[in-house]
Amino acid sequence: MMTMILAYSAVILSFASGLLALMSNQRGMLMTLSQRFLTPDAHFPNCRNLLGRILEESRYASLHRQAVFVLLGLSGVFAVLAGLAVMMGQDSLTDQIGLGLPWLPWHVRFDGLSGFFFLIIGIGVIAVSLYGPAYVAIYQESQHPFAVLGLFTGLFVGGMLLVLLADDAFFFMIAWELMSVASYFLVAFQHEHSANRRAAFIYLVMAQVGALAIILSFGVLASFSDGFTFDALRQTALSPTWASIAFVLALLGFGMKAGIVPVHVWLPEAHPAAPSHISALMSGVMLKVAVYGLIRFCFDLLGELQWQWGVVLLVLGTVSAVGGILYAMMQPNLKRLLAYSSIENIGIIFMVLGLAMIFMANGHPQLAALGFLAALFHAFNHSLFKNLLFLGAGILQHQTHDLNIDTMGGLIQRMPQTSFLFLVGCMSISSLPLFNGFVSEWLAFQTALQVDVLDNGVLRSLIPVSAAALALTAALAAACFVKVFGMIFLGLPRSRNSEKAQEVKDKSMLYGPALLAGLCFFFGIFPNLIINLLNGVAKQLLGQSLPNDTALSWLWLAPVSANKVSYSPPMVLVGVLIAGGISFWYLRRNLETKTMRRAAAWDCGFGGLTPRMQYSCSAFTMPFRRIFARVWLIDERVDKEMQGAMDMDVKAVHYHLQVQDHSWPRLYQPITHGVNQLAKQVGRIQTGNIRVYLGYSFVTLILMLWVIS
Amino acid sequence: MTWLLAIFQTLLFVALAPLLAGWLKWCKCHLQNRQAPSLLQPYRDLLKLTRKQPVVAEHASWIFTRAPYIIFSAIVLAASIVPLIAVDLPTAAIADVIVLVGFFAFARFFLALAGLDIGTAFGGMGSSREMTISSIAEPAMLMAIFTLTMTASTTNLSFAIVHVLNEGLVLRPSFVFALFALMLVAIAETGRIPVDNPDTHLELTMIHEAMILEYSGRHLALIEWASQVKLMLYGVLIANIFFPWGIAQSFSVQALAYGLLAIIGKLALLAILLSISETLLAKMRLFRVQEYLSFAYLLGLLGMLSHIILEASR
Repeated sequence: MMTMILAYSAVILSFASGLLALMSNQRGMLMTLSQRFLTPDAHFPNCRNLLGRILEESRYASLHRQAVFVLLGLSGVFAVLAGLAVMMGQDSLTDQIGLGLPWLPWHVRFDGLSGFFFLIIGIGVIAVSLYGPAYVAIYQESQHPFAVLGLFTGLFVGGMLLVLLADDAFFFMIAWELMSVASYFLVAFQHEHSANRRAAFIYLVMAQVGALAIILSFGVLASFSDGFTFDALRQTALSPTWASIAFVLALLGFGMKAGIVPVHVWLPEAHPAAPSHISALMSGVMLKVAVYGLIRFCFDLLGELQWQWGVVLLVLGTVSAVGGILYAMMQPNLKRLLAYSSIENIGIIFMVLGLAMIFMANGHPQLAALGFLAALFHAFNHSLFKNLLFLGAGILQHQTHDLNIDTMGGLIQRMPQTSFLFLVGCMSISSLPLFNGFVSEWLAFQTALQVDVLDNGVLRSLIPVSAAALALTAALAAACFVKVFGMIFLGLPRSRNSEKAQEVKDKSMLYGPALLAGLCFFFGIFPNLIINLLNGVAKQLLGQSLPNDTALSWLWLAPVSANKVSYSPPMVLVGVLIAGGISFWYLRRNLETKTMRRAAAWDCGFGGLTPRMQYSCSAFTMPFRRIFARVWLIDERVDKEMQGAMDMDVKAVHYHLQVQDHSWPRLYQPITHGVNQLAKQVGRIQTGNIRVYLGYSFVTLILMLWVIS
Repeated sequence: MTWLLAIFQTLLFVALAPLLAGWLKWCKCHLQNRQAPSLLQPYRDLLKLTRKQPVVAEHASWIFTRAPYIIFSAIVLAASIVPLIAVDLPTAAIADVIVLVGFFAFARFFLALAGLDIGTAFGGMGSSREMTISSIAEPAMLMAIFTLTMTASTTNLSFAIVHVLNEGLVLRPSFVFALFALMLVAIAETGRIPVDNPDTHLELTMIHEAMILEYSGRHLALIEWASQVKLMLYGVLIANIFFPWGIAQSFSVQALAYGLLAIIGKLALLAILLSISETLLAKMRLFRVQEYLSFAYLLGLLGMLSHIILEASR
């Protein structure tokens, strides 16, 4: 029961922070209230003084902002505690709330899976609330009221937490819609730019289409059962065809939210439009809620799994992973790039979930548990480093007033702390050893390599190929984030803004990213902490955990069996430190050469090395653009401006490059075109003439009468 | 005891790498009718570099000055998990072959960042090309390795080698394909002809060298040494996975000495092969490297499919 209280407090606190945000303009009202109830001769003069100081005009705004984020942060802390408690407790708690319609109380269930996602949300929210107060201070109150931002942030977080608690289809959809709609308002927050309005519109449309698909998939299940509670849905036995229909609908709905290719288009539009800490929550956390929905639906509610679904997930995941990172690579806008990279990571999660499904359906629950673990662990890792990178992008935007990678450069000298934290994020997302991203990809590879147990020859050749695609994804991600870090932080500044950029003044903005970076490294060295927790989740949901728990000591990671594969990050760390330390000491022991001589960089003897000579973003990715040319719609032009009498001399050269996603023109434009056409056809009967409309009514009435009689 | 042996093997690995580079150069010079430098020349170069004061560009950041140490440690750690003269060493259990690929990625990540740090066009060019080539080479390499690991049903190198040894001399089509794939990848990843030419500083041919143009003194020494160890790592991988005979399976002095001799012989032979191919072939255009690497990937895939279709136990 204690756990349940923790979980409820997390939800309530997030709503409370939203409500408190509404008070941002109510200083005057608070003043009168305090004057009325605390008379001058009251017994608590101190209290009155304190209140008076809080309500001072100059202080109220910032204190109020901090209070809102403190509540939000507390909600995160409670979410983490609740998640940990339920995962340690290893049983599921149920409850009912008498809200909603009188005869339909909301069913609540809090088990290991929900608990794990509580943990993900909690950590993300804590980081955001550390970062938030300083970040939102840049918004002008008149144009972007904090009340709106704070209210919807609170509702958004609360909605996400409620989705995880829901144990019946009604409650689930209400929470889901709360999450979607609140995040729509957050995307539309800076609505003065038309691009943002467009992004918000696309997001809303996709979210609602997705929600429709989810409702339909619940509907399919519910039509065979005697109720809407998940317990009732679990009991139903569907025919394979109906189960597949439900699966496809759920995949469409949850996949749309998760941003799987080809229904990902809202993601690269919406994430850059929202304020950075909201993008961090959307990308790092909300996409995970969609993953949770899919896991809950497929592994828990749908009953018997079919291997064909696993193949669908595997293929979609592979396409998303490779496509996402290739698109990310071409983006000059940092937040768009990060959004596309989320598509990649969601793709990886779907791939491994697909593997788990295939193994489960073929009767290898232990391997399914391994894949399931890898998927959840990757979801966790992605939430850490993607949050970190989005918050870092927010700091960069804050300091350079720009998000274009091509105009930055040399910031490592000017923003040393930010650059270090960002580097940790880049290394984790590139899945380098010692960081958390590597461990989950390693687990994914180990899952894929167990393919020998399967009987089906097609599957046995398909899965290793997808593993190689995973390797390609990892390598491309490394290239992409070398580009990101190199272009932003290294080299010479490419613009005046980045030349004048400075480290953030308010250091509290760095605490959130620092927390996340620390966790990225910590769980890269001690992944077993999370894996042991996840083992319990797998046991609850799949009825099976990893084989020999003894092999999972804190030092070793041996998921399949100890004498087959093992990886020991702490010892790798020790080895790196020893090798690096010895070489460092040995090479610098000579006092004369210990110091370095600083000199100008070599400029090929021409003199005048300028920042314009460095490689730019598009130059860096040019080889990729050529090799994978078919992946994008590339519009590359070189315009030469000529001068002189004969137009012979080149005066200026303009290079134009636009790289576009295939999915818009191939998939969405035909749909919008069709809808427009249809609307035109319908428009024909709308003449605008009242007599015609009366005629329609008359004919309809006659018809109705005829039908009834 | 076994830990001492493991550390000794790692040190031996690191110490022998310049010798292999010297031997390679010696063979190449003789094949090309040039006068060869002494076999010990790489050691002398490294020693000389470590005694010099490094010159660093004015606006270089800590990435530039720390990268050599990071790269070197990552590669040394990679060397520590690859069985050189004996299998079953405790270090082999620390990390498996996927982590090995991870170590390479780690070193490459920092090398590419160091290339971008100074802000010259050469550095960026080198980084861009290196990341391009490696991102196509990595899947090809893992494809070849998966063939091996699925045969031995382990990703631990030591166990895989023991598995191959126990099977005895069996000609597996999958291994032939995987061997060729790994060889092609090794050439690309270590920056040898026809993908990259380690001996020139021409703008059109540089990949690896372009990134490290700004390095000098002990930093350069570390990077050069690391790339020599990397070359040897690929050599040892090819030699010990596909031709593991001779490697010590017990820790007696005799077996170890025999193992050392065997690996030296195998590496010498591989180096001769490499120098012949480098003498015969010309450097490729950058955009033909993708065809070359796709071919390597295809070979890896064929290896895997032939394992699944022809050799799998069921």
